[in-house]
Amino acid sequence: MRLQFILGEIGSGLRRNLSMVVSVILVTFVSLTFVGAAGMLQLQINQMKGYWYDKVQVAIFLCGDGSTAPGCATGTVTPEQQENLRTLLQSPAVSQYINDFQFESKEDAYKHFKEQFSNSPIVDSVTPDQLPASFRINMKDPEKYQIISETFASQPGVETVIDQRQVLERLFSVMNAASLVAVSIAGVMTVCAILLIATTIRLSAFSRRRETGIMRLVGASKIVIQLPFILEGVIAAVIGAALASGTLWAVAHFFLGEYMSKQYPDTAFISPAQTLLLAPALIGLGVVLAGTSSLLTLRRYLRV
Amino acid sequence: MRIVEGPELYFPQEKAPAPVADLAHKAAFCRVHRVMIRFENVTKVYDQNARPALDAVSLEIDRGEFAFLVGASGSGKSTFLRLVLKEDRATSGIVYVAGQNVANISSWRVPRLRRGIGVVFQDFRLLPQKNVFANVAFAMQVIGKSRSVIRDTVPEVLKTVGLEGKERRMPHELSGGEQQRVAIARAVVNRPGILLADEPTGNLDPTTSMGIMGVLDKINQNGTTVVMATHDDDIVNEMRKRVVELKNGKVIRDEARALYTSMIPVVGQSRRLKDASGRDDAADAGPPRPDRSPRSGEDQL
Repeated sequence: MRLQFILGEIGSGLRRNLSMVVSVILVTFVSLTFVGAAGMLQLQINQMKGYWYDKVQVAIFLCGDGSTAPGCATGTVTPEQQENLRTLLQSPAVSQYINDFQFESKEDAYKHFKEQFSNSPIVDSVTPDQLPASFRINMKDPEKYQIISETFASQPGVETVIDQRQVLERLFSVMNAASLVAVSIAGVMTVCAILLIATTIRLSAFSRRRETGIMRLVGASKIVIQLPFILEGVIAAVIGAALASGTLWAVAHFFLGEYMSKQYPDTAFISPAQTLLLAPALIGLGVVLAGTSSLLTLRRYLRV
Repeated sequence: MRIVEGPELYFPQEKAPAPVADLAHKAAFCRVHRVMIRFENVTKVYDQNARPALDAVSLEIDRGEFAFLVGASGSGKSTFLRLVLKEDRATSGIVYVAGQNVANISSWRVPRLRRGIGVVFQDFRLLPQKNVFANVAFAMQVIGKSRSVIRDTVPEVLKTVGLEGKERRMPHELSGGEQQRVAIARAVVNRPGILLADEPTGNLDPTTSMGIMGVLDKINQNGTTVVMATHDDDIVNEMRKRVVELKNGKVIRDEARALYTSMIPVVGQSRRLKDASGRDDAADAGPPRPDRSPRSGEDQL
């Protein structure tokens, strides 16, 4: 009965100041969309880092079937050449610069590739044969990349030596800057949302002061009096958060999935399903936002 | 169902059938709290620079009693009622309601205290968008009474206040007297032990007022303690109940079966102001004191 009563109170409260509720929904929607956008950029960075990024800095790609590099005159790398390279890596001249190295076979490369590009159509047209085997090197000092490059680039069986960090780092710094901007906009919008929720609750409490006055007199508990107001704000915020999650999903699905992944087939993009991981966080954030701001407001404006 | 909220404030019939031993315990409990409202040297100061709203007031109102609180505006009548409801905290002195020192009631238990007290105001305070039935039912809904209990109780209470068949009317379709009856129905629907009325006839004509007084008297006959603050001398003179007169926050008169103004002091009827400190709660179950005898017939539950 009490639950039904509280639900009824919430319903009438939402109806009575509908325009304020709509504005709360929109403000939380916009602010949480920015929060989610920052989250999405970070997810995207992680996606692009792939399997090796955080583990190694330099990759020595070995010759494959169709390699045209000068070191690949003998065709696909032979076990002998591979063994020579391994010995070279272990020799004191080189090993003083590196922490350790790992060998990635074609099969491993294929496995990692499939993981990283799981959202991309390209994954179906690639076979293990097309992917080069490689040595992945963890440098003691990433700045010493040149030494490795000079030593190995001309070795037989080596197609190319790549400093992966250099390739991706510039892009990542742009994306990190973008997510910082998104977070700061989200911060300002969140302040807006908190103030707006507080104002809405205040108006709502004012327009229902007769009811709450009578509720107090007949001995309604604090929870019964305050819960409808708090839930009003929370419901509006949750709707806003749901809209924000939907927007992020749509961006991932239509913009990244349908457009960007066709424009840039060699880049790994996050999947729409991954953005849905952000939804619970956004909804939780919305609930906390609305809950705390309405609690604080009620403490001042609704005496019990 | 177990009644959890302040059981001593309720009529015995409100309670679920209890084992004999429990009833005996309840009876003992009720005897202890024969005094429903008790002020001990209560002072209330709103503004340090002004005179106190209540100035060392000591007063007792028994279970089942009907008392008028009279006095000019600003004499402290409303403050008295607010202190009983724990809307305000006494600056000094102790307020007991049903044997309980209200200062010791924690804030989350104040609602329980208020469930045991019905309140009626001069301005009715009905919810304009709810009909008569819903206005009365509201008081039961907010404390979580089940729908079937509400369906059974509300018509009964409306009958008590003389509003049978007007359940579907909206407040604006009712006369002032009828609206006040709805407000009274709402105040007593949860069977409180105490009914506080703050000038309930202030907006009504004399005839209607007498009708309202009839309703309040009926509720009082059913065992509810009624405290009514009023300016209405006709009503006080007509009812001939106990009259407590306040002036500048002090009790200047406390008479049984009294008139609004006491021009001629009648020997044996004037009540001495009791010194609260000299009294013992446990001794209250003893024989009535001589100075209480004029009221003893009507006061007992």
